[in-house]
Amino acid sequence: MTRPATPDRPVRPGARTHVAAIDQGTTSTRCLIFDRRGRMVAVAQHEHQQHFPRPGWAEHDAAEIWVNTLRVLPEALLQAGLQPSDLAAVGIANQRETTVVWDRATGHPVAPAITWQDTRTSEMVEELNRGPSADLFREVCGLTPAGYFAAPRLRWLLDHVPDLPRRARLGEVAFGTVESWLIWNLTGGPDGGVHVTDVTNASRTMLMDIRTLDWDQRLLDALDIPREILPEIRPNAQVYGTCRVGLPGVPIGGAFGDQQAALFGQTCFAAGEAKCTYGTGAFLLMNTGERIVTSDHGLISTVAYALDDQPPRYAIEGSIAVAGALVQWFRDSLEMIRSAPEIETLARRVEDNGGCYIVPAFAGLFAPRWQPDARGVVVGLTSFVTRSHLARAVLEATAWQTAEVVEAMAADTGIAFTGLKVDGGMTANHLLMQQVADVLALPVERPLMAESVSLGAAYAAGLAVDYWPDLEVLRDNWHQAARWEPAMSAALRRRERAGWDRAVERTLGWVVDGDPVTPARRGS
Amino acid sequence: MSGPIQSIERAAAVLHFLGAVPEPVALGDLARALGLPKPTTHGIVRTLLGVGFVVQDPESGHYAIGGGLTRLGETLDPHLLRSRAANWADGLAARTGLEVQLGILSGSAVELLHHVFRPDDSPQRLRVGELQPLHATALGLALLAFSPAAVRPRDLVMTAYTPATVTRALDLTRAVQQTARRGWSLADGTYRPGVAALAAPIRHHVGVGVGALAVVGLRERVLTPAGEPLPGLLEQLVAAGSAISDRLEERL
Ligand SMILES: Nc1ncnc2c1ncn2[C@@H]1O[C@H](COP(=O)(O)OP(=O)(O)OP(=O)(O)O)[C@@H](O)[C@H]1O
Ligand SMILES: [Mg+2]
Repeated sequence: MTRPATPDRPVRPGARTHVAAIDQGTTSTRCLIFDRRGRMVAVAQHEHQQHFPRPGWAEHDAAEIWVNTLRVLPEALLQAGLQPSDLAAVGIANQRETTVVWDRATGHPVAPAITWQDTRTSEMVEELNRGPSADLFREVCGLTPAGYFAAPRLRWLLDHVPDLPRRARLGEVAFGTVESWLIWNLTGGPDGGVHVTDVTNASRTMLMDIRTLDWDQRLLDALDIPREILPEIRPNAQVYGTCRVGLPGVPIGGAFGDQQAALFGQTCFAAGEAKCTYGTGAFLLMNTGERIVTSDHGLISTVAYALDDQPPRYAIEGSIAVAGALVQWFRDSLEMIRSAPEIETLARRVEDNGGCYIVPAFAGLFAPRWQPDARGVVVGLTSFVTRSHLARAVLEATAWQTAEVVEAMAADTGIAFTGLKVDGGMTANHLLMQQVADVLALPVERPLMAESVSLGAAYAAGLAVDYWPDLEVLRDNWHQAARWEPAMSAALRRRERAGWDRAVERTLGWVVDGDPVTPARRGS
Repeated sequence: MSGPIQSIERAAAVLHFLGAVPEPVALGDLARALGLPKPTTHGIVRTLLGVGFVVQDPESGHYAIGGGLTRLGETLDPHLLRSRAANWADGLAARTGLEVQLGILSGSAVELLHHVFRPDDSPQRLRVGELQPLHATALGLALLAFSPAAVRPRDLVMTAYTPATVTRALDLTRAVQQTARRGWSLADGTYRPGVAALAAPIRHHVGVGVGALAVVGLRERVLTPAGEPLPGLLEQLVAAGSAISDRLEERL
């Protein structure tokens, strides 16, 4: 539908004409403001520091994230020329599985936040998987225990922060993933802060019963986690409380793990609809309706969304740990480029990868293989290979990893893909999107709003306060903005795939006996 | 010929001094070292601060050489431009219902760096990488008017794509001048019959054009019967162009 071009009508203040979203991601915190048609009117963004104190560890400072949140909110309002009273609601999307524990009285985190990329709990989890409770976890929370999920990190903190177990039982400290931390702070912090999480984030802890959507005592017991430390689990679109700081007076109407937010933002409301979001990692999620699909191919069953008074919808997920993060590494650690987008300029200088492949198993391999002891490789080096070939191999790594999860998902669900809906920052890279289309032999399409994560969070919040009446209205906001058609010959695809597969083989089993061969280890 | 301009000489002296010292310098020390009155020195460093050639330490208030100088010789990476522009190009398409194109100068043609489909879900083809003629498109006029390296009209091969295409260098020069004056360009059926476009510059640093942003569509969706931009359209376009320009200045 095409609309006549008229400027947006001026509105009276306090008219609740817009909805805001906070996208608290792995690398940055953003605030986006949307109008009723889901059109972005402002965006403000601040990066936060990544701390890698030891190989395999990855931490954030939750206090810094909160400060950045308080910075982006007024900046976005200013850009849009709006007041808090112009906002009908705010929704939150967050990096998932990142674990924060804070003091309820002071509001200070008791330790650095352990992020989803951190592998420090892999040994603990290995033990868990050898023990008697592994099956219980699989059955109740739908997840095979892995260091990727939040509960092992919470267990680690309980084991390593002095006095924490006692304080947890006394209710002096609170655990949450980042949305809990932000909601608690926005609603007053020590002064009456609301301690909640949403079903999608809770489904990634390993502690929630995926059917009842409640904490499961048996799982809590298996990890000896005191219930007093946990937030209350809530549906995705519901008013949890009202902001007292940041956006005073604005209701918090929704929260979502970022990947589920993107699925919602792409309006994948029907079973069989899927999207892939390309950020720090890449995550393919398919709505499976009211059915929980158990994967034989290394995919994760997760909650897609739960709305008030409706049965929850589930999703199956292919998680790729390193996508944009490899570009970031190419930029920051190898210093090959000054900004992430420049990788396209570099990669376009050559026709192909020159025989070079990069497999970024920095935190082991995620879906579909889940090999925690794999580590990254750069293979196929000859004196012919230049940094431009490396740049191509960096991008191709994301394309091939996409192909692997798409194949796994098609096998698990029996649903053949006819195309792939994509979103996220990396979709600005046309070379990458063409590669994805080429290796999948499927068209790839991007919606008009590539920030689907934020849009999904805004949608949830807007639904909670009746800013939007129903899901159908949201569907009408979806429009195709770009489409990449596959253009690679089948023969070339087969040859390149074989190269990729051989490169992946070389990552396996690199970490021997839980003894990572790292400079830190060797030095000590 | 007039003599050297004193304030520029003094600014250069400030930059040389700041570039030679290892630590940020207090205003008083700077003034003493250069033998200038403090207010004069202050005026110079504030000006240099404003253009990014000098930075001020937020805690001590001392001055140091800024990153703006080292970036002088660098051109803006086109894909960085596309990344920074993407959200705003999307917003412009969503608000106007029109196709959005982002073009940069490539030799003596426009190269489409980014393309957002008309949001009506009709089948469309991604035109990224396509070359378009400078003289016949709104993007081309905006690039000719605002980009410093732009080719001169009389050096162009001016093919007639439609009866409305400008084919004389003099007419093109006039159109470019008009574009420079009013800050936007218009193409009314000059490349494809019945299709019109409006374009505005995307500027970097002190106003240098690094690209142009256009809305493109059937004539009646872009222009009034008299050939004027439809009410509001221009405001949307120019606002998106300057939002992108602002984002180019942000460090991320
Ligand atoms: N043009 C580009 N080409 C390649 N990679 C890019 C490009 N632009 C951004 N990236 C990469 O994409 C990531 C940023 O995308 P996005 O902003 O969607 O991620 P994010 O939201 O910060 O990720 P997360 O939510 O996981 O924190 C970075 O890792 C960056 O390296
Ligand atoms: Mg993100």
